[in-house]
Amino acid sequence: MRIPMTEYLIIDLDTERWNCKVCDHDLGDARGNYKEGTLVYDRDPTEIHQSILDPEKYEFTFAPDPTFCRILEFYCPGCGTQLETEYVPPGHPPTVDMLWDIDSLRETWIKRGTKPEVVINYGPGEEAVADFTPALGSYNTHNHSPHSFS
Amino acid sequence: MTLTANEPSTSGTSGPAGEASQPLTAQEQQWVDQFMDETTLFLGPDPAIMRSHQITSRSAYEEECISKGVDPIKVDRIRKRLAGALDEGYEMCEAMGAAPGAKWGDLTTAIYTAEGDVTYLSCHGVIAFSAILHHPIRYIMKYWKDEPTVGINPGDGFIHNDAWYGNVHNTDQSMIMPIFRGGKIIAWVAATIHEGENGACEPGGMPSGSETPFDDGLRMSPFKIVEKGELRRDLLTFLQHSVRDPKLQLADLKVKIGAVQRIQERVDSIIDEVGVETFVAALRVTVEDVEQEVKRRISELPDGTVSFNQFMDSTLKENILIKFACKVTVKGDKMTVDLRGTGPEILNRAINSPLCSVKSMMMQAILAFWWPDLPRCTSAMSPIDIISDEHTWADAGYDAPMGQSLQASFRGFSALQTAFAKMQFSNPEKFSNVLAPWFNQINTFLWGGLTQHGDQVGNLCADLNGMGGGAKAFRDGEDAVSPLFCAMADTAEQEVMEEEVPFMQLVSKRIVRDNQGFGKNSGGMGYEMIVAAEGTPMWGFMTVTSGSKFSSVTGMFGGYGCSTTPLAMVKGINIYDVIRKDSSKFDLSMERIMNEQPYEGGKYTTSHMGLQFDVAKDGEMYMIAQGSGGGYGDVLERDPEAVAKDLELGRISPKVATSIYGVVWDPETFVVDQEATARLRHDSRQARIARGKPYKEFLEGYVKTEPPKDLLYYGSWGDDTEELTATHFTNNGPERVKATIDKLPLIMLPDRREVKISALEDRIRELELKHGEVVHRKS
Repeated sequence: MRIPMTEYLIIDLDTERWNCKVCDHDLGDARGNYKEGTLVYDRDPTEIHQSILDPEKYEFTFAPDPTFCRILEFYCPGCGTQLETEYVPPGHPPTVDMLWDIDSLRETWIKRGTKPEVVINYGPGEEAVADFTPALGSYNTHNHSPHSFS
Repeated sequence: MTLTANEPSTSGTSGPAGEASQPLTAQEQQWVDQFMDETTLFLGPDPAIMRSHQITSRSAYEEECISKGVDPIKVDRIRKRLAGALDEGYEMCEAMGAAPGAKWGDLTTAIYTAEGDVTYLSCHGVIAFSAILHHPIRYIMKYWKDEPTVGINPGDGFIHNDAWYGNVHNTDQSMIMPIFRGGKIIAWVAATIHEGENGACEPGGMPSGSETPFDDGLRMSPFKIVEKGELRRDLLTFLQHSVRDPKLQLADLKVKIGAVQRIQERVDSIIDEVGVETFVAALRVTVEDVEQEVKRRISELPDGTVSFNQFMDSTLKENILIKFACKVTVKGDKMTVDLRGTGPEILNRAINSPLCSVKSMMMQAILAFWWPDLPRCTSAMSPIDIISDEHTWADAGYDAPMGQSLQASFRGFSALQTAFAKMQFSNPEKFSNVLAPWFNQINTFLWGGLTQHGDQVGNLCADLNGMGGGAKAFRDGEDAVSPLFCAMADTAEQEVMEEEVPFMQLVSKRIVRDNQGFGKNSGGMGYEMIVAAEGTPMWGFMTVTSGSKFSSVTGMFGGYGCSTTPLAMVKGINIYDVIRKDSSKFDLSMERIMNEQPYEGGKYTTSHMGLQFDVAKDGEMYMIAQGSGGGYGDVLERDPEAVAKDLELGRISPKVATSIYGVVWDPETFVVDQEATARLRHDSRQARIARGKPYKEFLEGYVKTEPPKDLLYYGSWGDDTEELTATHFTNNGPERVKATIDKLPLIMLPDRREVKISALEDRIRELELKHGEVVHRKS
């Protein structure tokens, strides 16, 4: 069974791997840090948040100060999707932002007895529809391992 | 010292003087307790009350009431009628309140159990109060109830503002009144309004310039200002004498008393109908039900840990970087929020916050952004453990100033709001949408001085309520929609304000191009405002926020955060004279004025957003912008048509459309070239793959063992250490230190003017040396 954990990251409970939702690229051990499976780029923040006031004239221009702030961009090595960004001081180690208890996750979903692609959405409201079927649907409808229940 | 701040509150046990160092017999302990009760020098904030955010256990009377049977339908009806009564009180405050904050909805009304647990808050207003207003009531019950010189009687009302006794911050003033039946307190009702002016070292109640707790203005511990229905004139006079706006102090005291008394009348009629016992049981059952439901909802979240670090770039006097660390762990029905790694308190700057205020903003995230359907009870946070190091800037000690404590407490909000997108993403049961970070700075002008009517005032513009909303998973965030602390707050009618204060917003609510949290769905954008005063002998402005060098909110799932926001000023000209002479010069925007510098003789400057009270001469311009909410998802997935629409409306520049969003369009018609766009986006993805480095290789080149040498950095460097890094200013100048919080020296920063003068003196000596000029100076 595959569980969407973020907009672009899936945990495959059968293989216990992180996968890219867009291209299915393997991003590493689901019990660990998905960032280890990504490509990282140290982005000068002024390239993203560009100066609106003239940087030749002024110190404060709407653009972050690159000596204070960097943007780490985490890409999927398979398709180049930007999976996550992180704003850090220069040289600060990236944060391990998610660590999940895989055994508990599996147990919870077996207990729920529902299909993630059917029951997971973006919350209340008619617009909040999430369509994970392309990434999960065909996979979750087949029994791939004893862990799959559907 | 690390504390798990979720211990049950005990009433009537340990006093503020602490515990004895060696075991005593029961009799000895009783003597000591009696002695301490009778002779305590100062009844300061009580840690046993202030560290606890957990509900009290059932009282014997509550137990008795509940044992007689609880009908859930009846409880629901009582709750709905209470909600109606509280909303009525809220509307009275909003309609009649003199404080600008009251007029925009920055207030709350609440009902509590006898022990002080918040049972229900008004549906409108600031939800954060549900995590904070139990503190003053517990204090009143513990220290004043049986105190012969105080006591609690029907018709009494207690006022307080000091966050050390439980408040969001010191601009908020409460009116707290008991409800009696049969000589016994059975509940409490309160109204709390953001009053603004509080006699601090700067006008408006949120001084960015405070350097000691005594610069923060009024420090009202809870005291009785209404006695048996009568407002005490002696105490009122003292308060009026202590603030810049005596009219406001009186007016809103009366408004709050009126609102609370109206709520009490409604409660009386409920009690008349259902009986005291059913009413008391309903209050208690509500609190307990919410606690149980919160536990259930936590247990539905996946077990694991989500971490989110924030870095704040200003003390409001100088630029630094100070960390707000947060790890949220869920296991079963337990949730733990661990703030260790957060930077130390800075003892002569205004950014520190007591932990209770940080918790109040965490509650704001929980009850407004996680589970907005729950009754607003103290118990919504009761099952969550919070681990924090005392003497950090988010858990400051008693000696730290906290004039602009929102800097730390709003980071508490962002920590929980941001983390929740990851915590709840895979959960089928959601009560709120998956959302990128909300903007978290109160970018507005505080002001003060003499008005055109001759009144002395101090307060702020409602534009702090124009924060950009975070992008949702399925749509863009809303522009300037509402502040994180109050979903239904208003940005007010500027024209009405101008009747009362001697300045105009020359530009108001104009979107700043490119000031957007970029993403598949973009964050709600912020607007700019330009103000200038005229026709008053004394007027000035302040700004009190951070985020001019380091974006104050991030993006979500590949989206980007907000831009940074500067303060820009043009001094030495009178814009009103310029406009009077040539009205075509009224085409104003911060970008145009600052880049073109069209006014001859003007001094054009920018700075960070910590402006201490600055005297504004006639027609001098002050310019700021609201920030945006964070973007959601990869920018290359944004609908190209949405990009073209933003371009056409002038919301983004051609450069952003191309370089960030990868869209190609016809500049005449704004029609998207779909094929060229697909090619450009494909190339952009390939470029990412080419420039990105594998994680481990990247770390080897990027990660440093300590912060850049010249950066004033405070907090843990990385998340795998218990030590905090800080710069300590010694007799020999700045020294970087690294130690656990208990071993760090006291952190104070030098006067920035002295630092500047010293640098200028060094430069003068350098030039004298260079040019061979000999100057004899005496010290």
